[in-house]
Amino acid sequence: MSGDTAPDRPDPNRGAPPDRDALTGVAAGRDRPRARHRRKRGEQPMVPEAEFTSYYGRPVLNSPVWDARDVAGYFFFGGLAGASSALAAGADLTGRPGLARGAKTGAVCAVGLAVAALVHDLGRPERFLNMLRVIKPSSPLSIGSWLLAGYGPLATGAALADLTGRFRRLGRLATLGAAALGPAVAAYTAAVISDTAVPAWHEAYRELPFVFTGSAATAAGGLGLITAPTREAGAARGLALAGAGAELAAVRLMDRRLGLVGEPYRTGRAGRLLRAAEILTVTGIVGAFLGHRSRPLSALSGAALLGASAASRFGVFQAGLASAADPKYTVQPQRERLAGKE
Amino acid sequence: MTTADPAVESGYHQGHPARMGFFTDTSVCIGCKACEVACKEWNAIPEDGLNLTGMSYDNTVGLGASTWRHVAFIEQRKPIARQDPGVSHEDVDVLALAAQGAATAPGEAGMTPTTPGEPGDLRWLMASDVCKHCTHAACLDVCPTGSLFRTEFGTVVVQEDICNGCGYCVPACPYGVIDRRPDDGRAWKCTLCYDRIGDGLEPACAQACPTDSIQYGPLDELRERAARRVETLHEAGVTDARLYGEDPGDGVGGNGAFFLLLDEPEVYGLPPDPIVTTRDLPAMWRQVALAAAGLAGAAALACLPGRGRTRGRS
Repeated sequence: MSGDTAPDRPDPNRGAPPDRDALTGVAAGRDRPRARHRRKRGEQPMVPEAEFTSYYGRPVLNSPVWDARDVAGYFFFGGLAGASSALAAGADLTGRPGLARGAKTGAVCAVGLAVAALVHDLGRPERFLNMLRVIKPSSPLSIGSWLLAGYGPLATGAALADLTGRFRRLGRLATLGAAALGPAVAAYTAAVISDTAVPAWHEAYRELPFVFTGSAATAAGGLGLITAPTREAGAARGLALAGAGAELAAVRLMDRRLGLVGEPYRTGRAGRLLRAAEILTVTGIVGAFLGHRSRPLSALSGAALLGASAASRFGVFQAGLASAADPKYTVQPQRERLAGKE
Repeated sequence: MTTADPAVESGYHQGHPARMGFFTDTSVCIGCKACEVACKEWNAIPEDGLNLTGMSYDNTVGLGASTWRHVAFIEQRKPIARQDPGVSHEDVDVLALAAQGAATAPGEAGMTPTTPGEPGDLRWLMASDVCKHCTHAACLDVCPTGSLFRTEFGTVVVQEDICNGCGYCVPACPYGVIDRRPDDGRAWKCTLCYDRIGDGLEPACAQACPTDSIQYGPLDELRERAARRVETLHEAGVTDARLYGEDPGDGVGGNGAFFLLLDEPEVYGLPPDPIVTTRDLPAMWRQVALAAAGLAGAAALACLPGRGRTRGRS
């Protein structure tokens, strides 16, 4: 009963033969030493190894029903769109028309894909407009839906005006509007997953917004490196560098602060994805700066950065699933909290 | 301790009915699962798996979209107050019993009625789990459509004609109660029989419970009754007895459906110290705002160097 069965829905135990013996006294879990997590290098044990109990190793929480491709994809595309819009406005205002056009076009395509992924993941996609029935500040998904409802048309207007060359003034307004909402579009998805009982997501609520906006900036920079002519790509490179730095720093901070609950970010599928993200990020940044005179090298580095951002979103998503599937991540921190209160 | 009235906080006027709830006294639960059956029948809940799990007598596994009552079974090597568990069979001659014609050859028998179990302490805990109808309900807080709502009885109910199956409530619940039905696409959970209690009936599970392990009533009354029951049990030597979810000062503001347990909550698959995730939402929004501002700033800064190097169109 550890993270490896986590992402499978529906319940893998349904219909499957049991992998446990029905022996008296073993059931409660008290009598066997289990769920002792390995201490990581250098980490000093602050408390003695906790005795951990669960109900037959079953998770306390119901695992998120979200499909990884849909929801992590929605985080990635939403971030790419939002950060691209911010970059587009900056490029517009500083006379980088090529970069601006690529960013605007990328933003409108990405936000379209983000919304499509979001709707596709609904249990009742035909009811997606119910998202706009109410405005609930207590629901990040409600606020996010309204953000997207405002941002989508602005991003579309900005791109259309640029591509057709008509309605320049309205296009400029739309570009600025999309740039104002874009960063929020890129950041709010962190609140969506933090505002759950999933230990790895909830406990990381301080750092996740920075991981997400950093990842978004990396992606938008990467797209800029692909679409912009080399003499305009400096801004994209700068944004990617800032994003990569912010993301790597935020992940480090998260890792240090979370302790046991941070384990799912280091292990299993999530750990592999996040390591891949790190490697791609560094490769992309180094490639972008070394090959800044070469369009193909810049584009290749941009692709690596886009891949890094996607891997990072999928990694964070998988870490949440793994932490929800193992009761130790729910029970042990709560036990420690109770012990701290006494 | 004064209790927040969730119905009033949700906008009902002071004249609304009393807050109703469940007190599930697991010390008298006999594991008959009548509550599970009654709930399925009354609410017309579809079948959700017919398995043998090996988890004692629990083949229901846990709460979900199509399981709104779940009876947990825990077998422990612990004493049950002053009672004799009756599992000492050292004086029984198994071979003689087998020779008399027991079905399984002694060598092949695991633990059957004719083979002695391990002697010593044994207790069998049973507990009927259900939606807690939290005072501060995360599922309700995060629902983006307003499908989940607070009733005049202070309970939390899904409106199935509104739910678009976004699935946000599922990971928001700190107890793993609500879930999405795969073939139906919408989220489902216990309604505390909203369609019965409005007519003065008790919920189906409580009505079916033969031992009154599940008690339904105004929450204030239930809390008093539960406190007395814990005292009685302690006097009878059941020192393990404790209440779970009755404290309005806990992380979810207290439960509308609370429990008397005989061991730590996690033994029953319940979180020992749940908090409503939205308690930290203001802090989350603050971090989101900072991160968004940071992104806007980074985009602006990245564009500054080289400004005017090329002539823009506008």
